[in-house]
Amino acid sequence: MHNFFFGIFPYIALGVGIMGSIARYDRDPFTWKTSSSQMLRRKQLVMGSILFHVGVLVIFFGHLIGLLTPIWIFDAMGISHGAKQLLAVVAGGIAGVMALVGGGMLFHRRWTDPRIRQTSSFWDIAILGMLLAQLVLGICTIFVSLGHLDGHEMVKFMSWAQGIFTFDGAAASYIADVSWVFKLHLFLGLTIILVFPFTRLVHMLSVPVRYIWRPGYQVVRSRRQKPANPAE
Amino acid sequence: MKVRAQIGMVLNLDKCIGCHTCSVTCKNVWTSRDGVEYAWFNNVESKPGTGYPTDWENQARWNGGWERTKSGKLQPKQGSKWRILANIFANPDLPEIDDYYEPFDFDYDHLKSAPEMEAFPTARPRSKITGERIEKIEKGPNWEEILGGEFSKRGEDYNFEGVQKQIYGEYENTFMMYLPRLCEHCLNPACAASCPSGAIYKREEDGIVLIDQEKCRGWRMCVSGCPYKKVYYNWSTGKSEKCTLCYPRIESGNPTVCSETCVGRIRYLGVMLYDADKIADAANAEATTDLYDAQLGVFLDPNDPEVIAAAARDGVPQDWIKAAQESPVWKMAMEWKVAFPLHPEYRTLPMVWYIPPLSPIQNAAEAGAIGTDGAMPDVQNLRIPVKYLANMLTAGDEAPVVTALERMLGMRAYMRSKTIEGVTDEGLAQRVGLSGRMIEDMYKIMALADYEDRFVIPTTHREQVEDAYDLRGGCGFTDTNGCSGGTSKASLFGGAKKALKMPSEVM
Repeated sequence: MHNFFFGIFPYIALGVGIMGSIARYDRDPFTWKTSSSQMLRRKQLVMGSILFHVGVLVIFFGHLIGLLTPIWIFDAMGISHGAKQLLAVVAGGIAGVMALVGGGMLFHRRWTDPRIRQTSSFWDIAILGMLLAQLVLGICTIFVSLGHLDGHEMVKFMSWAQGIFTFDGAAASYIADVSWVFKLHLFLGLTIILVFPFTRLVHMLSVPVRYIWRPGYQVVRSRRQKPANPAE
Repeated sequence: MKVRAQIGMVLNLDKCIGCHTCSVTCKNVWTSRDGVEYAWFNNVESKPGTGYPTDWENQARWNGGWERTKSGKLQPKQGSKWRILANIFANPDLPEIDDYYEPFDFDYDHLKSAPEMEAFPTARPRSKITGERIEKIEKGPNWEEILGGEFSKRGEDYNFEGVQKQIYGEYENTFMMYLPRLCEHCLNPACAASCPSGAIYKREEDGIVLIDQEKCRGWRMCVSGCPYKKVYYNWSTGKSEKCTLCYPRIESGNPTVCSETCVGRIRYLGVMLYDADKIADAANAEATTDLYDAQLGVFLDPNDPEVIAAAARDGVPQDWIKAAQESPVWKMAMEWKVAFPLHPEYRTLPMVWYIPPLSPIQNAAEAGAIGTDGAMPDVQNLRIPVKYLANMLTAGDEAPVVTALERMLGMRAYMRSKTIEGVTDEGLAQRVGLSGRMIEDMYKIMALADYEDRFVIPTTHREQVEDAYDLRGGCGFTDTNGCSGGTSKASLFGGAKKALKMPSEVM
């Protein structure tokens, strides 16, 4: 069972997440959107959305870098496992609380405001609930981590995550003895990746950074193309 | 010189009767769907009033349009690109739906299904968003119709800037006019500039500004970026929508629905040639009062042989050049100078222009005593203050508006004299800076307004740019992906996408 959830399920989740996103982007680009509800109700959104997004982005990149950077790079940089663990706890804790407060405001708004509630789809509410649960679990893991600040538990997760991406068949065994809070956190995280393409979360893949280096401000489209067979 | 063609529109406010046929036909065609019940691509406002959405003209509040920074750079008023991206999680300038109005419907069914009651059954309102009962409708798409509401509220109208407005709240001095509004299809659109996804674009061939529904991600910066508040967020699809200038009709040489159905025949559609290289400088003129002249400088004379040659070189089709020569928009905006852009101070170089309305003489009791300039009354004595019109149409510069109003009064006097007294008064024409022939031309186009004089629309030359053979049996217009094969070049499920070939290539 453990091997299924942490050795096989990650590949299912990643597979569905990646293929699903590609298929949705290609087949149904009209549905690819942020689904902002700011216009229907501004109240609670401004503060909630900023706290939530900033918090989640810090956590997201923290996990990405923290889990997937090979351990020897940290060793070469002279960052001890204990220091990295402490950084993760402090930065992750602050960002986690930010995201939880913001997300809580957003969930409250979505659940109680009749306009937002009526116009929400099942997944709009479900994904926000899942993210909130994941944030709570993530913050709970901090209390477990405080018990072993030397960072050896954290190294287990790094080995596991890197094992998954390097097709290490024994990856699941690295985290066999970690606390159930971590296991639940991992499982829910993988589930979020699984349902990712079916929710509004896809908008994060469309961060419009190109806007910054788009030449000038205006966009002009022309139907004129090069003739298919120039000068026969 | 980079010659481009644009379909422009002129609305003769002097003839607008405020019947809202344009709004209703537009709504029936384009926005009778979920999520855009509150959106009116075309609406008609009674002025003075705060309009729809409330107070839209006040850019100190909404930060729409462009601004010239202290260093002389032109940037969206809501901020540079970095600033816009920084606000992406929550847009501080976005109107709420209550700034438009909460869309509603009525319980019509209750009228026939109600049981026998003491009181006559009524159809009570219900929200179109939540489906819940609305006890009292606080706002609608045209809440200030015919000066509805108290003057203290309507007097918030931004166009009263620099006008002693108190006296216009008095019954004897009150004035009103109608302002039909639609997307301006600007030469320098602020919505397109604010779109982080690059989904809003201007078409090179006819200047129509459209939103690519498949590329729009709903970052909603265009809604706040447009100073006319003519980009609407569809809360159901999560995409922005706007007036399309009925491009499927325009492409086939037909006028837009709002123009076609205008019973007052106030709308004109025609081609304007412009120099795309001049846009950046024109929009960045230092003083806002220079913007009207700067925009006139962007337009190119379609009768100038040099322009004709350059237009042909830049791919403007021959019939488009011919249409530009016969364009009613060119005549009214450039030859007679009676039409003006709406709020040029937003620096968007709008392409829907307005002929200011004449109005009755200020004070009937004084009508005999006031200064008349020959056969014409003095425009300063018209009931609508010239400054008010100037604030709306020329960033506050009264001189061009005065000239236009005098020319319209001159046209009336000249034609009255000609048809009633049988006298052609060339001197009168010259006094307003025109000739008798020009006035008769003006009369034909502005007063008689025959269908073919109002709408001079060349068809789009799709045959030059598209392989129509590929399009046969196509999907037509659809929401979502219809029968599209996807956006990528390769096929997602194996094999390369097949392009259809012309019969000649196959054989």
